[in-house]
Amino acid sequence: MATVAADRLFGKSIKRREDPRFITGRGQYVDDLKLLGMTYAAFVRSPHAHARIRKIDISAATRHPGVVAVFTGKDMTGVNSLPCGWDLRKEKKVPGVMQDLAIVPHMPLTSDAARHVGDPVAVVIADSHEAAVDAAEKVQVDWEPLPAVTITDKAAAPGAPKLHDGAPGNVAFKWEIGDRAATDAAFKGAAVTVKKRIVNQRLVANAMEPRACVARYEDATGDLTLWVTSQNPHVHRLLMCAFVLGIPEHKVRVIAPDVGGGFGSKIFLYNEEVVCSWISRRLKRPVRWTASRREAYLTDAHGRDHVTDAEIALTRDGKILGLRVKTTANLGAYLSTFAPAVPTFLYGTLLNGVYAIPAIHCEVTGVFSNTTAVDAYRGAGRPEACYVLERIVEAGARAAGMDVADLRKKNFIPKFSGAFQTQVAVVYDSGDYGAAWDRMLQMLDYRKFRAEQEAARKQGRLLGIGFSAYIEACSIAPSKLVGALGAGAGLYESGKVRVHPTGMVTVFTGSHSHGQGHETTFAQIVADKLGIPIEQVDIVHGDTGSVAFGMGTYGSRSASVGGTAILMSLNKVIEKGKKIAAHLLEASPGDIDFSGGEFRVKGAPGKSVPFGAVSLTAYVPHNYPEGLEPGLEETSFYDPSNFCFPFGAHACVVEVDRDTGNIKILRYLAVDDVGNVINPMIVDGMVHGGIAQGVGQALWEGAVYDGQSGQLVTGSLMDYALPKADMLPMYETDRTVTPTPVNPMGIKGAGETGTIAATPAVVNAVVDALAPLGVDHIEAMPLTAERVWKIIQGAKSAR
Amino acid sequence: MYPAAFEYHAPGSVKEALGLLGKHKDDAKLLAGGHSLIPMMKLRLAQPKHLIDLRKVPGLSGIKQDGNVLSIGAMTTHWQVESSALVKSKLAVMSEVAGLIGDPAVRNRGTVGGSIAHADPAADWPAAMIALGAEMVCEGAKGRRTVKVDDWLKGLMSTAVGEDEILVEIRVPVLPASSGAAYLKFPHPASRFAVVGVAAAVTLDGKGMCAKASVGVTGAGTKAVRAKGVEAGCAGKKLDAAAIEAAASKAAEGVDVQADLQGSVEYKSHLCRVFAKRALTEAVKRAGG
Ligand SMILES: Cc1cc2nc3c(=O)[nH]c(=O)nc-3n(C[C@H](O)[C@H](O)[C@H](O)COP(=O)(O)OP(=O)(O)OC[C@H]3O[C@@H](n4cnc5c(N)ncnc54)[C@H](O)[C@@H]3O)c2cc1C
Repeated sequence: MATVAADRLFGKSIKRREDPRFITGRGQYVDDLKLLGMTYAAFVRSPHAHARIRKIDISAATRHPGVVAVFTGKDMTGVNSLPCGWDLRKEKKVPGVMQDLAIVPHMPLTSDAARHVGDPVAVVIADSHEAAVDAAEKVQVDWEPLPAVTITDKAAAPGAPKLHDGAPGNVAFKWEIGDRAATDAAFKGAAVTVKKRIVNQRLVANAMEPRACVARYEDATGDLTLWVTSQNPHVHRLLMCAFVLGIPEHKVRVIAPDVGGGFGSKIFLYNEEVVCSWISRRLKRPVRWTASRREAYLTDAHGRDHVTDAEIALTRDGKILGLRVKTTANLGAYLSTFAPAVPTFLYGTLLNGVYAIPAIHCEVTGVFSNTTAVDAYRGAGRPEACYVLERIVEAGARAAGMDVADLRKKNFIPKFSGAFQTQVAVVYDSGDYGAAWDRMLQMLDYRKFRAEQEAARKQGRLLGIGFSAYIEACSIAPSKLVGALGAGAGLYESGKVRVHPTGMVTVFTGSHSHGQGHETTFAQIVADKLGIPIEQVDIVHGDTGSVAFGMGTYGSRSASVGGTAILMSLNKVIEKGKKIAAHLLEASPGDIDFSGGEFRVKGAPGKSVPFGAVSLTAYVPHNYPEGLEPGLEETSFYDPSNFCFPFGAHACVVEVDRDTGNIKILRYLAVDDVGNVINPMIVDGMVHGGIAQGVGQALWEGAVYDGQSGQLVTGSLMDYALPKADMLPMYETDRTVTPTPVNPMGIKGAGETGTIAATPAVVNAVVDALAPLGVDHIEAMPLTAERVWKIIQGAKSAR
Repeated sequence: MYPAAFEYHAPGSVKEALGLLGKHKDDAKLLAGGHSLIPMMKLRLAQPKHLIDLRKVPGLSGIKQDGNVLSIGAMTTHWQVESSALVKSKLAVMSEVAGLIGDPAVRNRGTVGGSIAHADPAADWPAAMIALGAEMVCEGAKGRRTVKVDDWLKGLMSTAVGEDEILVEIRVPVLPASSGAAYLKFPHPASRFAVVGVAAAVTLDGKGMCAKASVGVTGAGTKAVRAKGVEAGCAGKKLDAAAIEAAASKAAEGVDVQADLQGSVEYKSHLCRVFAKRALTEAVKRAGG
């Protein structure tokens, strides 16, 4: 579309500028990189869920043609454990800690024991990928298999196999939030209480591009460059240099080029990139590794895996009095980078939802098990909270004999702006929960649906509707607060605006785009603010060599935090530009206005100078203000004052096939409020994809470990069912707009809403569909046809 | 996921292919669409030393009518069957079966012969071939022989094709007048293979009674089987809802149902009955009953 400077691009669905390169196969991914003298890594991984390593014999592998070197954990002297970036300990004064986090070692190549299937124990480096893979099969590991535990609510049971010396009983931590006494009191007097077990199963992130890295050490300069599939290259660099390898940060450059999706799984520092970096320094040759899909299933951090007992207390007429939540969170075999934060501060703090709940208490036990490490996965903690709350609220409504929609309306926090203090520490920024809800009900035509449902039930059809009214927390901040909660990092963002002499603009952002569309949305902000065509703006990201610093992209923070940092720099550019323009126009800077790409003297039409003339003057400062530095380039770091809290209302209509238990989604409605929207098309895409993932969790997805052997039985795309387009309905979506007062653009964040909202809506709908059979709860997901069929059979025989 | 090293051969005739097969014996594998074999090689579950690619062998692909029979070359892709005007007019159910396989990428690569030779327990074609009474034509050094579908499937991924033979053609008789056929399946949500699939072909007599019912069940057991109990239950009956229900109740008999993540023995047996009922109902409707 035409992008003349006069257009206001903020709010326009302009097509994504990065897409032509992606859809014509010209993206540059890590695995596309070809370097002279490249070597290839293949990891030797544990076939056992739990086994002691008696001995590793590398001799046959070393002799394999093309092999350059073989290393085991014993060779990696001086290399430290992969760090955990969230420290839940009393001595750190982290609130809510009941039992300190057990900080257990997580060595890049384990040398004492393997603790999950896929745990790397050795690596083969060869001249070709094929030779490396072939030779890896020749590494002989003398295993002593040990009993394993993979199941969440058995991991900390007495007698469970112990994973780490430093974690007695496999407990990683215990943590609480809310007011236990007030919650107990609320339950005591309540007319209606319901308790349900709610299981949020384990998921695999399944980014389209598997993880990959290339490490290149240059002997002559001592510089190490690491290309890696990362959502946050600066964080990768910091963790790897300062904590694991102990190498100077300024000699390391981390580049995350085009990255094909992450969903959280590419936030973390992983074994393979550390090992490849270490080897490249040692061999003085570049080392490449790309995960197979199988390796992705076994080693990319998994998501969710909670077992929760939730209780809700209500008055007879459906006012919520209290919420009590007890969760066991399976962290897997090791502590992944941000693992302890997900089931604590990203979970418990969201349990207030969109409701005025007078008393809440939540207790979480993190446990180790012989499974892949669990960490943030799209939504990270917030989907878990929303799932518990939206399921127990519907269970509460049924127990109180109330309509699930009426009960919600009765309990919404009334419209507010500025601050709402929840019972679980966080302060909401702005909200109008009833508005999004009403809009959704109107699109749905709720009463009409209930009449249709009644008629269908008379014919024996199982039709159901489920809702979720969700809250989400984005752009987690300020750094001071997250530091007090145990974070090892700040949560600000940087944005640098470089105006070239000709008025072209390069923006350097610490946010990272791996599907989000920053090259478009950020450019929209810049083009608008500077009044220049979008073609004059380029966005650079993902390179510690050019970007000042960055915390990266996750938690729906790019637009609100990264975008604001850019905006701050744009404001600085304009301020400086005004000084230059004032000099050129012989006016005082205070009399200069900037709009539509022109600096103008207020009240003097015709007295103006275009942006490009000012930028040229900044670099050719012949006629220039006294004392002003030449150049036009500004950097800002933005550390928000609070989180932003998007919200919305989703509904799902399903029909259950009585004979097979198969579920068909007939309608899916979403009304989201993500604050102001830069590019509606991109936000729609985010919402659509998020819903697909949320529905996927409800109906099909699930990482299943064999309880005996500890093998991951859903370890491929042929077994682990991701939603495909023909399994999903056409979504009916709309938005309400409640800008956040937290940041100047009023943007809340839109990356995770769908995954948070969809899962409970779908499951609630199935429970509603089965209600005529006497079903009032479903404990586990995914709702595979067989699971639903069995529930139907069970309900039939119970009658 | 890299396969182990192998040597690649692209013979230009069946004879040349047979020669290579005779020479390398157990070390060789024929390659058709590669959509079953190559995934297994990537996982290193199969490590053939020689791969004999049939794609350059002329004459193995295509569909033609030969009297009352549709002759389908072994190398004909699922998509060719799905989109064939001849198939749609003579034996539309074949086109429907093809259209239910995997996704368009799989259908454009995978072949009918590859599927039938591979005999995956969850493949769709075997059930349809049983219901339609197909015959497989194999060619070896000594010439051609024809195997009836009931003698074809031996066990888990095992068929009557000899180690020194190539499946060259699948012959499917066109249904007589007053017949209808249907294939219905419960797809695996990830792979789309059949968790359970049932194909039924029904021919009615002048009085609207069932003159012949032929039913194949795939997915549930280690190989596709003929549902003899269902067929017997249909024979000579007026196939109304009650008769179909009664006949379909025998659908899991003779199936060595295997439990896995997609279902217990109980559930899969139940699905056999549900899909037998649905396939029969549709087949009878199409037969004009
Ligand atoms: C993602 C995915 C989804 C799928 N979904 C389905 C599905 O829903 N339903 C379904 O039925 N199938 C499905 N398939 C399998 C697909 O139909 C395969 O194409 C088919 O099973 C094998 O055919 P092919 O041509 O690919 O054979 P290949 O993989 O090339 O060969 C398979 C085996 O048969 C042997 N062989 C091949 N041709 C001959 C011959 N002429 N004579 C003797 N031996 C021969 C080979 O040596 C090999 O052992 C799916 C496959 C994939 C990858």
